[in-house]
Amino acid sequence: MAILVTPQTKVLIQGITGSFGARHAQLSLSYGTQVVAGVTPGKGGQTFRHESFEVPIFDTIAEAVKATGATASAVFVPPPFAADAILEGVDAGLDLVVAITEGIPVVDMVRARHAMRGSKTRLIGPNCPGVVTPGEGPDSKGGCRIGISPGYIHRKGNIGVVSRSGTLTYEAVWQLTCRGVGQSTCVGIGGDPVNGTSHLDVIKMFMADPETHGIIMIGEIGGSAEEEAAAWIKEHGTKPVAGFIAGATAPPGRRMGHAGAIISGGKGTAEAKITAFREAGIGIATTPSDMADTLLKMM
Amino acid sequence: MNLHEYQAKQLLQRHGVAVPASEVCETPEAARAVADKLFAAGEKLMVVKSQIHAGGRGKGTFKSGFQGGVKLCKSAQDVEDKARAMLGQVLVTKQTGPDGRLVRKVLVAAAPDIRKELYLAVLLDRATGRPMVMASTEGGVDIEEVAASTPEKIIKESIDPSLGFQAWQGRKIAAALGLRGELMGQATKLLKGVYDTWWASDASLVEVNPLCIIDGRDGKPQLVAVDAKMSLDDNGLFRHADILAMRDLGEEAPLEIEAGKFSLNYIKLDGSIACLVNGAGLAMATMDIIKHFGGEPANFLDVGGGASKDQVAAAFRIILADPSVRGILVNIFGGIMDCNVIATGIVEAVRETGLKLPLVVRLEGNNVAAGKKTLAESGLTIIGGDTMADAAQKVVKAVVA
Repeated sequence: MAILVTPQTKVLIQGITGSFGARHAQLSLSYGTQVVAGVTPGKGGQTFRHESFEVPIFDTIAEAVKATGATASAVFVPPPFAADAILEGVDAGLDLVVAITEGIPVVDMVRARHAMRGSKTRLIGPNCPGVVTPGEGPDSKGGCRIGISPGYIHRKGNIGVVSRSGTLTYEAVWQLTCRGVGQSTCVGIGGDPVNGTSHLDVIKMFMADPETHGIIMIGEIGGSAEEEAAAWIKEHGTKPVAGFIAGATAPPGRRMGHAGAIISGGKGTAEAKITAFREAGIGIATTPSDMADTLLKMM
Repeated sequence: MNLHEYQAKQLLQRHGVAVPASEVCETPEAARAVADKLFAAGEKLMVVKSQIHAGGRGKGTFKSGFQGGVKLCKSAQDVEDKARAMLGQVLVTKQTGPDGRLVRKVLVAAAPDIRKELYLAVLLDRATGRPMVMASTEGGVDIEEVAASTPEKIIKESIDPSLGFQAWQGRKIAAALGLRGELMGQATKLLKGVYDTWWASDASLVEVNPLCIIDGRDGKPQLVAVDAKMSLDDNGLFRHADILAMRDLGEEAPLEIEAGKFSLNYIKLDGSIACLVNGAGLAMATMDIIKHFGGEPANFLDVGGGASKDQVAAAFRIILADPSVRGILVNIFGGIMDCNVIATGIVEAVRETGLKLPLVVRLEGNNVAAGKKTLAESGLTIIGGDTMADAAQKVVKAVVA
C-alpha cells in the first residue's frame, strides 16, 4: 500500500515551465511517475516534452484536474507566490499538495494553513524534498516521485522514513538500500516552522500501513514536533522506530539553515528530543552513520 | 535579520505604540543636543542607551573598563560624557560573547517615572501555526526565568490570523495584567499596535520589555514601550524595502556576509574542524559527528542542494579565512547534482587556495565513481572517507596528529 502516494497516483506540477520545476518534472517522468499535467498561468495549451513523454500544460489547477484526473501536485512556484499556489490546489480539491519551494514567508504559511482547515487536502512541506514511494523496476523505477529526491537511491520495501531534512533523508535511505533493505514510502516534511504535515501525522500513517514494518524518524533542533511524535509512539506505537536528531552541537539563538532549526528560550534542544525518544522506546542513532543499523538491530 | 532598539521603536510608533521621546546619535555632541532639546521640552531625566544587537546592555562592561551600556543622566553634560564613554567602544554583555560589540550609535531618550514594569511579546506559536501574544506582570527581568519558575505568570493569547488581533483579546490581556480603568483602553490599543507591527513587518519576534506604566505629564498613568527588540523573518524581507534599508552590516560577521553573497549559509563556531556540506540537516549532522568523535566543528556551512563549482570555491575561501581552522571535512550527498562536478570544484579550489591543511572528502551519490577518480588523479593530498563516520574519524585524527 505505502502511504500518501502509490505508483498509480496522477501528479501535476505547478511551475513546470520554470528551470527547477522542469528539471524535476523530467526526472520524475524518467523515474516512471505518472506526471499527467503541468500548470503555469498564461501557458495553458502548451506541451511539456521529455523523452517520449508529452505533458499538457494548463493555466489553472482546476482545469488540469478536470482534464487529467490528477490528485496530487508538486509546487515549484517561487516563494512570493507559493502560498497562493498551495491554496489553489486546495480549492481544486487535490488530495495531496507537496510544496518544494524554499523561502516562503512565515505569515504566508500561517494564513495558508489556517485557510486549509477542514479541507480534504493534505499539505507536505513547504521547503521539503518531497515524497517517494519506490517502484519495482531497476533503481526503484516505476515508483511515485513527487519533489526533488534522487529516485535511484531508493529500493522498494518495508521501511518508512520521515524527516525534516533533504540530504539527511537521502543519507538514511541510502544506508538502507546499501544494506539491501527497501522502503515503503519516504517523506520529507520540510524545515520550516509552519508546515502542513508533522512527524506525528506521518508516523500515524506508517503505523497504520500494513506494508511498513519499521520506521526511521529524523528530527532536528527547534520546535517540539519530535517530542509530540515520541509521546504518541510511547502510547500507541506498534512498530520499531529508530531516530536521529541533528543539531546537538548547534549554539542557541542561531538558525541552522532551516527556518525552523533554532534553539530559543531553552526549547527545542537536541538533548530534550533525544530524551523524549528514549522514553518512548525509540532506538537512538548516536551518529548519522548509524540510522539504518539502529533500526535493523531492532527488527 | 535583527533590528536595533531605535529601529524597532520606529516601526512600533508607525502602528500607534507610544514610546518615550528619543533620538539616535552617532556623536557625543549630537547626544548633548538631543538632551538639551528634551530637557527644554520639560523632561527631567535622560537615559543613554548603547545600540547593539544583543541583550544585557545595562549590566554589560566596556573593554575600556566603563561599566554599563545603559546610563541614566540628570544633565545634558552628563549625557554627552556618557555618550562619549560608549561611542566607539566595545561593549561585552552576557549575550555578545567575550569579543563584545562595537557601539556605533546611542539612543538618547527621556527616562520617565516608572510605576510598574510589564512584559509583552508577539511571536509564532509553532505548535498551532498561529501568532501568539505573550504578556506578563513580571517585566524588566529575564522572561525565560519567569517562565521556568512561575509559569502561571505568563499570559498567552492565540490570534486567529484571518481576523487579526481583536479588541476583546486586548481587554482580556489587560484585565489579566491588572490594567483597569483608563489603562484598559490604552492597553487594548497598544497590544493591537504591537501585534500589527509583528504581522505587517513579517517579524519573527517583537518584544517589549519592559512595557511600562508611567506617570504622564497630565498626572495620569500612561503605557509606553520603554525597550523593544525585533527580529524579522528573512523570507519576508523582499516585500519590505524600508526595513531592509535598516540592516546594519556592522552587526553581522564579515564571513557570514561574504557567504551570503554566494547563497552559502555559513555560521562561524569556535572549533578547529571546518565542514562543507550540502543541505542544512546533513550540515548539522556533520557537525554533530565531528563532535562525537572528539573534534570541534569550526563552522556550519550549507552549500545548498545544487552546489556549483563557484560556490565550492567561495566556500573554501570563506572556511580558510578563519585562522582557527586546522582541518576540513567535505561531506556531499550528491542526490541529483553530479559528484564529479563537485570533485572538480574541490580540486580547483584546493589548487587556487594552495591548501596546506588536511582535507577529508566524503562523496556519495550521483556519478560518485567519476568524482572519486577526479580526486584520486588530481595528485593532491586528499583523504577519502567512505561513510560519514569514517570521514569524521579521519579528519579528527588528522587534526589531532
